[in-house]
Amino acid sequence: MEPIIPMEYYLVVSSIMFFAGIYGFITRKNLIAILISVELVLTSTDINFVVFNRFLFPGELEGMFFTLFSIGISAAETAVAIAIIINIYRNLKNVETRNLKNLKD
Amino acid sequence: MDFSQFMVMRDELSLVVLMLVLLLYDLFAPAKGRKYLSRIAGLLFIGQIAITFIPSPMATAFGGMYVSDTITSLTKSVMSMGTMLMFLFARKWLDENHEINKGEFHFLTLSTLLGMYFMVSAGHFLMFFIGIELASIPLACLVAFDKRKTVSAEAGAKFILNAAFASGISLFGLSVLYGATGTLYFSDMPVALTGTPLQITGMIVFASGLFFKMSLVPFHSWTADVYQGAPTPVSAYLSVVSKTAAAVTLFLVFIKVFGSMAASWRPVLYAMIILSITIANLFAIRQKNIKRFLAYSSISQAGYIALGAIAATPQGLAGIIYYLIVYMFANMAAFGVASLVERQSGDSEVSSYNGLYKTNPWLSVLMMFALFSLAGIPPLAGFFSKFFIFAAAVEEGFYILVLVALLNTIISLYYYLLIVKAMFITPNEHPLEKFKSDAYSRIAMGICFAGIVFAGIVSYVYNKTEKLAEPARSYCLSVPEARACIPSAKDCAALPLPESPDEAPCLAADSACMEKTADACRTESQIQ
Repeated sequence: MEPIIPMEYYLVVSSIMFFAGIYGFITRKNLIAILISVELVLTSTDINFVVFNRFLFPGELEGMFFTLFSIGISAAETAVAIAIIINIYRNLKNVETRNLKNLKD
Repeated sequence: MDFSQFMVMRDELSLVVLMLVLLLYDLFAPAKGRKYLSRIAGLLFIGQIAITFIPSPMATAFGGMYVSDTITSLTKSVMSMGTMLMFLFARKWLDENHEINKGEFHFLTLSTLLGMYFMVSAGHFLMFFIGIELASIPLACLVAFDKRKTVSAEAGAKFILNAAFASGISLFGLSVLYGATGTLYFSDMPVALTGTPLQITGMIVFASGLFFKMSLVPFHSWTADVYQGAPTPVSAYLSVVSKTAAAVTLFLVFIKVFGSMAASWRPVLYAMIILSITIANLFAIRQKNIKRFLAYSSISQAGYIALGAIAATPQGLAGIIYYLIVYMFANMAAFGVASLVERQSGDSEVSSYNGLYKTNPWLSVLMMFALFSLAGIPPLAGFFSKFFIFAAAVEEGFYILVLVALLNTIISLYYYLLIVKAMFITPNEHPLEKFKSDAYSRIAMGICFAGIVFAGIVSYVYNKTEKLAEPARSYCLSVPEARACIPSAKDCAALPLPESPDEAPCLAADSACMEKTADACRTESQIQ
């Protein structure tokens, strides 16, 4: 029998991606970098769904389908976010968060 | 293939047809005909609202992915009416600033509405996820609609990044739930939920996405910025329609799916309600910008709405929907007046309202009614909506929570009165000049005014809501300590009691009555 990578290994990778994404979202100062961090979070969940489906419920395809839809939707989300960031660039000539301070308490 | 299942999705299909007609009209209509776009959109939309009012039977489609009953259909009608009011208020603003992209505005708004329809009707987490994303991605485009204004783009960026982050977190929780239960159907998941720590973590992390959409306190920081930067009709849409969808979905998901774990999510919701109401009220006091002010007011209103969810009874759901109807009229009126004043004065500072009563008495009176309704002053509808939602929470024994909410009503009265004082009492040498608002805004303001005054006094509105919320009774049975099943005095009075002077048989009859009603409830749950 060929050696198989245990499920926990995949989950460790996806958890590291998830928390790296959260860390990046909080600490990054550039809108594009923040967007990349958000994508990390979304991708880590895709790994989770596929892994759970493959190892725990191999007879079904629910998790796989969810991942397909999730990838499509996060692509749409990124497209809109990039469009808005380009719009900010047109107005301010950069995309640093420290310049986005017109709205605050 | 059987197409009859599509007829269950009547509301969604009619909305899709409306969207396609508007999109094609916008593309192919001659230049002369394009100015009728708003009018055509309005007329067709009235037809769509009429379709949502047709009573729909309880039905599921596509293997249980889509669920439709009287609750979802009522919620859809409320959301469509809120959108219609928003279109009426937005008309002049669109004509003046966005003559060319009017069609896009309608199309984007209606696609977010479609997403909210799917959110409310979801019977599977995939459907729910697609709905919530379809509701928030076009909404980001709407927030950033004034693309030459920096604030609008900034608000759009804050909204889309936060929304994407929240949905990422929520999805992670969902993936954990999937791993722990092996299903994503709303109807199958409760069977597999046993309350293990993994499942509880998944549930709470998943719920953060909904809390974000509803802007309850730890997830509220985007709200004020986005409301201030977005075009005013879009802020109104965010605060009314988007919140309606999130609140009803929160109730349905928590009760239908996580009902058996109520002991785990109730403390979380408890803390969040207290935080939302208190913190938002304290922040609202110091706002100088009317849109920020209304944003904080809407956060605290979201806290009140969540009181119905924590009660987890049919009365709670009826309270939520009734609250949302009343809140729609009041908040739409407040935002509508804000947008008219903003267009006239050029900014949205509270100081532009000083002495408004002298020059524009009607606007001031409408604003006063709207704010009083939001604060919950008796003859207006806001009082009754608060009353019913507090009653639902008290019935479940949340006395301290309701006391805190009541105390906060007093604080909220203070800051709502600040605006009223600015309009009626504060002297001003140069108040805003008298101006005449456009016909469409006036129609919308008339509807809002009628709603604020009559939605409370006319008891038909609440009775109808309560009747339509009746299917929730079957979901509520899964909540362990929910008292939906405990017979009330009325049920027992209906039973033939033996006439006797001493108390013992009476008590016996009472306990028999308890048994009987509990049995009835049990059979009902088995049928479900």
